[in-house]
Amino acid sequence: MGRIGNIARRTFLIGSAAVAGGVAFGTYAYKKPTDNPLLDHLGDGENAITPYVRIDAEGITLITPRADFGQGGYSTQAMLIAEELDVDPNTVRLDPGPPSAAYYNGAVMEEASPFPAYNTDPIAERARSFMHVPAKLLGLQITGGSSTVPDTFVKLRSAGCVARETLKQAAAQMAGVERSALKTQNGQVILPDGKTLGYVELAPLAATLDPVMDVPLRDESTWKYIRKNTTKRVDMIARCTGTFDYGIDLAFDDMVYASVRANPGIGGGVKSYDANAAQSMRGVQKIVPITSGVGVIADNTWRAMQAVNAIDITWDAPDYPASSDEIWQVLENAISDEYQDTRNRDDGDVETALADGDVLEAQYRIPFLAHAPLEPMNAIVKVSDDKCEIWTGTQIPGFVKDHAAKMTGLDADQVFVYTQPMGGSFGRRLEDTYVLQTIELAMAVKGTPVKMTWSREEDFAHDYPRCAQVSRARGKVANGQVDSLDLSIAAPSTAASWFGRIAMAPPGPDASLVAGAWDQPFAIPNYRVTGYRAPETVPVSSWRSVGASGNGFLHDCFLDELIHRAGADPLMERFRLCHHDVSRKVLETVGEMCNWNGHAIGENRGRGVAFTMAFSVPCAQVIEVTNTPDGIKIDNVWVAADVGKVVEPINLEAQIFGGVIFGLGHAMNCELTYDNHVPDQTNYHNYEGMRLYQCPQIMVKALENGAKIRGIGEPGVPPAAPALANAIFAATGQRIREMPLNKHINFV
Amino acid sequence: MKLNVNGNEHEVDVEPDMPLLWVLRDELNITGPKYGCGVAQCGACTVHIDGMAVRSCQMAAGDVDGDITTIEGLGTPNAMHAVQAAWVEHQVAQCGYCQSGQIMAAASFLDVNPEPTDDQIDRAMSANLCRCGTYPRIRAAIKTAAKNLSGA
Repeated sequence: MGRIGNIARRTFLIGSAAVAGGVAFGTYAYKKPTDNPLLDHLGDGENAITPYVRIDAEGITLITPRADFGQGGYSTQAMLIAEELDVDPNTVRLDPGPPSAAYYNGAVMEEASPFPAYNTDPIAERARSFMHVPAKLLGLQITGGSSTVPDTFVKLRSAGCVARETLKQAAAQMAGVERSALKTQNGQVILPDGKTLGYVELAPLAATLDPVMDVPLRDESTWKYIRKNTTKRVDMIARCTGTFDYGIDLAFDDMVYASVRANPGIGGGVKSYDANAAQSMRGVQKIVPITSGVGVIADNTWRAMQAVNAIDITWDAPDYPASSDEIWQVLENAISDEYQDTRNRDDGDVETALADGDVLEAQYRIPFLAHAPLEPMNAIVKVSDDKCEIWTGTQIPGFVKDHAAKMTGLDADQVFVYTQPMGGSFGRRLEDTYVLQTIELAMAVKGTPVKMTWSREEDFAHDYPRCAQVSRARGKVANGQVDSLDLSIAAPSTAASWFGRIAMAPPGPDASLVAGAWDQPFAIPNYRVTGYRAPETVPVSSWRSVGASGNGFLHDCFLDELIHRAGADPLMERFRLCHHDVSRKVLETVGEMCNWNGHAIGENRGRGVAFTMAFSVPCAQVIEVTNTPDGIKIDNVWVAADVGKVVEPINLEAQIFGGVIFGLGHAMNCELTYDNHVPDQTNYHNYEGMRLYQCPQIMVKALENGAKIRGIGEPGVPPAAPALANAIFAATGQRIREMPLNKHINFV
Repeated sequence: MKLNVNGNEHEVDVEPDMPLLWVLRDELNITGPKYGCGVAQCGACTVHIDGMAVRSCQMAAGDVDGDITTIEGLGTPNAMHAVQAAWVEHQVAQCGYCQSGQIMAAASFLDVNPEPTDDQIDRAMSANLCRCGTYPRIRAAIKTAAKNLSGA
């Protein structure tokens, strides 16, 4: 249980590194072997030791600054440090650490470079490394973009290595022997005579030494945890016994409970409200007006929710179109020159090729989608005259800290953010409205911690959804092959909407708007992808796999249409068109896994293939469905993906299972539709996703031909929806060009 | 009113229509049962009353007429129930937020149906929503748990 004991200890540890004899270790040399001059000229102190390993009288704590919302981030980070440090990740403590620019995520912005991932020319590589610079300058501590493993794979092992060698140096001095004569094992230094010195007792001396940074990382052959089929999540037992504390589970003895209702038309204000009925309800302590809404502070979450629902509120209208029909029109109108944002792909001569002849043309639609992680948004905040403390699950702790300072008028160093593990996120907690609302409540009852929990209905109304988009696809075949493909994609800029809220909208075009479409490794003679930045309607945000979540469906379904029109084999034609060896191997592998050429799949059945390269991971999926009298049954999914190097086989499979199920569930039956500025969908009864009975058999194979190590949290999502739609076409002859697919066909 | 939770008697002063979930979480600080939807759609709040799985978000505290078991009372990290042990063996949880409810539903299900077919597992477990996509491992873990329970 998350009573105050836990919190007090955590607070003490964070404060203790400097004042109570704790020792913070770890390093990462930011100077990478690169010819980028910016990375070679770091300012004073920028190369300073950064804290990933802390040792104090209580023992060893590994700092895992990337957030964990179910992808196993804490476990992964602990394993990487522990592998070099020689400790058991199951027996040390973990701490996400405070928000700090030192924990910036360099890899997360690589995707924004204007080069497709398969291009590894020096210029493209330089552009990617250049993207680390703004991330560093901004101190961008973000968890997302499947970047935790790429960002930390070397960084955290290096931290473990430096800490270990510095502890050995301390032991060498104490025992009067050479450091090279020492070994380490399970939190201890072993002296030549077999005696041991524990890391805890060595830490005070080690803290006075210069960190030892001249030792190379261990060879892969010596790894005990990384890449092993025996490596399990360190927190699995806690998560299966109800003893794992999510943010929503923490409690303080003097805490009060709260809930809020904000204008369900996002950004609209409050005209007036009448809280008389709520005021007299049992347990209600205070009614607090907040930005765009009203909150209730009570002595129990349920009482707060009941009371906030009893407030009669008259809302202002927000400044975006009221209905889905109007929003679709905005998107359709945006496919015109004045809205053109990118044309990163323009091969051959599309205009001439599609000027005449048998041109296939189609419109594709992608709906708004909610994140709807199962843990509703919540936060605990305590504000006093000189301090603001925040306990919450967040993917952006540094931004939360800045926003809290601004809102309270405190200095940033008076704000403390204690990041909590999350019950899912899928990008939801890249936003922090719920935290800011809780700060407003806490400022009204200074000195008292306020735990604010959104109802599920508030969560649906106030999600910043995955954007809707409308696309025009045109193409042509010649001589039994795909000859021309031209995609025009109209969507708002998710990057501008999101980053505009948490900092400021980035200048320039938005590559994520066309991600998953422009950057695919296919050699189509006439091949063009144009992004049109539609005016923002409903504010939108990143949703697991971001732009590729919709563009994968568009690109691969329309490619499938052309392949069928050409009379070619869906897998073989993709293979023929693909010019990237690593991706070709992925397609070949998925074909072997499902025995593509070998078995007739039977009456009323269909098989579809799809391929999307997203977050630099080529991923191919084959789906088999049965067209039953009651609807489509999804039978089997085969997945092949190349991540460069598999760090955790068991968790990788789980992440691909999750990505496929997330992709299929939403493709089958989820959308947000708008009426009077508000989503019609209010809870899981009309936003269901996949249920267990619908879950297919999923077979996974991870390949390691790619040159770089990659994350797998998102790449499993984009090919799932098109593989399903393509399989439905194969089984029924029905081509569905919009999601959710159940607008056109039933599922069983 | 009096509630027996995980073998302990508690006296709570709440209105009879307060859902059991919020009595457990906010009055008794028993936080294994989770709030996910509040309308019996997700199953994250599942607890046992006299061994039967119920949605604690839809069970008014005043209507509780038996002994309550939550995930904390089913087994502990050092003495896990067979279902919990199977969940760990198969590394089921991703975020884990739904898993208290999944495990409570599975334990109750296996109690009344110790040798379930695949179809029965699918039907019994489809009322519990998982947003992370742990379903393949839930199926596998239930089979392992069934085997271990019948051999015990």
